[in-house]
Amino acid sequence: MTDKNHMTLSRRGLLAGTAAAATLISAPGIVRAQAKTLKIGVLLPRSGYLAQSGQACHRGATISTKVLAGYGHSVELVHVDTESSADIARTQAERLINEGAQCLVGPFDSAAALSIAQVCEQRQVPFVINIAAAPQITEQGYKYLVRNFPTGGQLVTNGLNLIKDLLAATKVAPKSAVFLHANDTFGSAQRKAMDAIFPKAQMPFQLAESIAYDPKAQDLSVEVTKIRALNPDLVLVVTRAADAIKLVRDMVRQRFEPKGIISPGSPGLYDEEFYQALGPFADFHTYNLPWANPKAQMTQALEAAFKPAHPSNRFAVDCFNVGFTFEALLIAADGFKRAGTANGPDLMKAIKETNLADHVMIGGPIKFDEKGQNNGIISAVVQNRGRTPTVVLPQASATMAPVMPMPPWQGRT
Amino acid sequence: MSSILFNVVVQGILTGLVYGLMALGLSVIFGVVRVVNFAHGEFAVIAMYAAYLLFSALRLDPLIAMLPIALGFFGIGYALQRLLINPFIGRPAHEQFILLVGVAIIIVNGLLMIFGPDARPTNLSYAFDSFAIGPLFIDKVRTYAAIAALAVTGLLFAFFRYTHTGTAIRACADNLVGAAVVGLDVKRLYALTFGIGLACVGAAGTLMVTIADATPALGPAYTLLAFTIVIIGGLGSMAGALIGGILIGVSEACAGFLITPSMKSMFSFALLIAVLAFRPEGLLGKRT
Repeated sequence: MTDKNHMTLSRRGLLAGTAAAATLISAPGIVRAQAKTLKIGVLLPRSGYLAQSGQACHRGATISTKVLAGYGHSVELVHVDTESSADIARTQAERLINEGAQCLVGPFDSAAALSIAQVCEQRQVPFVINIAAAPQITEQGYKYLVRNFPTGGQLVTNGLNLIKDLLAATKVAPKSAVFLHANDTFGSAQRKAMDAIFPKAQMPFQLAESIAYDPKAQDLSVEVTKIRALNPDLVLVVTRAADAIKLVRDMVRQRFEPKGIISPGSPGLYDEEFYQALGPFADFHTYNLPWANPKAQMTQALEAAFKPAHPSNRFAVDCFNVGFTFEALLIAADGFKRAGTANGPDLMKAIKETNLADHVMIGGPIKFDEKGQNNGIISAVVQNRGRTPTVVLPQASATMAPVMPMPPWQGRT
Repeated sequence: MSSILFNVVVQGILTGLVYGLMALGLSVIFGVVRVVNFAHGEFAVIAMYAAYLLFSALRLDPLIAMLPIALGFFGIGYALQRLLINPFIGRPAHEQFILLVGVAIIIVNGLLMIFGPDARPTNLSYAFDSFAIGPLFIDKVRTYAAIAALAVTGLLFAFFRYTHTGTAIRACADNLVGAAVVGLDVKRLYALTFGIGLACVGAAGTLMVTIADATPALGPAYTLLAFTIVIIGGLGSMAGALIGGILIGVSEACAGFLITPSMKSMFSFALLIAVLAFRPEGLLGKRT
């Protein structure tokens, strides 16, 4: 009995010793690998109703490895499609971490961001958000998350202030506006922000009504008829690409011509599909959003890498999605460089201490507050001109003067 | 305000007519074969993709493509009935249900594999045009689709009313044993009926692509929509399907306009519940 026990112990001892020896032998290799390259899981909605924007972000991610290498960062990217579904985003985040992702980046959607944040918190893996505006993302106390994108409130505040600038520059005095928004997580968050901020913003026009719509609706004819009945001077919109097309298509069909269609901070009006589907009807829509700084050296490097990699796409159209996706990867890579390890807590600590003066988007250095929010991102007034997003305000970075009221639908070529 | 509300009602009627045509196929199949096609909406989406492909490759207008697509769907329906569904006739309803839900799942996933989940628009040259009639603005695409739906429905009514085959199919629906006794080939007539039902849904799907962009996710939504319409109109009643379609189209449009657009689907289901509570056989259905 004693001998048997002794024998069993010896076998266990042998196994333990072998395991320990294997660990010791392989550990320096692992450490060396961690010190060299950061494995990042990139989660984006490359299919589904957010696909247009997700694909644009993906184009940014695909060129980032090369551009980051030029700045001395080594990253390995694993690309995953969230299919515009928060549930799939959650399961894919789990899968990526199980397969060795040391940091997650994405996901161009507030609902998906909230799903992924829960996984990253449980697994202690840093999560750098490229685009997602719902305020609750950074209000729920997540420790493994940073967001390099304005909150819905910041977008609306910046957006409304820039509308005042736009009206002053064009000398247009609208009396009323209608706010039309998607009823998804992002759209509802924007509605809440609008309800809270608009009354205090001292805008020179009244908000006649806020109208929610289903972004998966087949068409928006009823919504447009409802707006037409209210006959506002301005239509403020929070849309996605597919429903922005439906919205303008139904406005043209119903011959409803407001003085301006303005997004106080949302996607939809600047995707390539929007220009292709609507042709001349895509012009003169305005959106107040953070935008790539064409004068930044890093933006120029990104554009130089974008052109040969995606010859059928335009950087001027994609630069919002490409810029923020690149910056998210830059933040992860920079944090990794300073931390010297991909260990979750250490990497997260380094990412939270980010202070990047050189980056792509307009605004001050990338820094995060204690909640993981970058509060230094500013917006510009961008208008579609010749089917190209064109900065029209502020004047310092504008390449054209803003046009308002927008020309009638009839006669556009 | 009243003219705009009238505009909303007209748009609702036009959309409802296309909905009605889609539901008509479901009603015809159930009325004769007594099989509920749980893959109905998915077949409509196949027709949408067929129209999209014909437009992309040949610039064939969906209003013209409707004819070859409906013919093709007739063939598919005929073959499907003979090869797959016929063995299930007379078997418990849950077995038929499982079979057709299986077909629906295969269709949706097949479409996802081939086309992906992204919406495919058919950018017609008149997609932005509308008719201005006084204060009314009515989409050209919706108007053409509704006229085509009415034409197909009229042809179907005429077929069942004035042709020998149509009369024989109605005889099968009214008295299956009697029809068999007088020597009618019931199996062939069932296959013809299934073919006609799918031709209707093929035509409706082709017309829908002028109003909505094709995407696989629409399949289950259209099946649910068709069921709602035929239950409201009366399962097995052709006129009921058309009236149900118009009611759904108008109620959704009016609810969206008068209350809130994001909740317009809720009113279709409220109408369904009301019909089930007060007239369970449907508005034009026969009491059993």
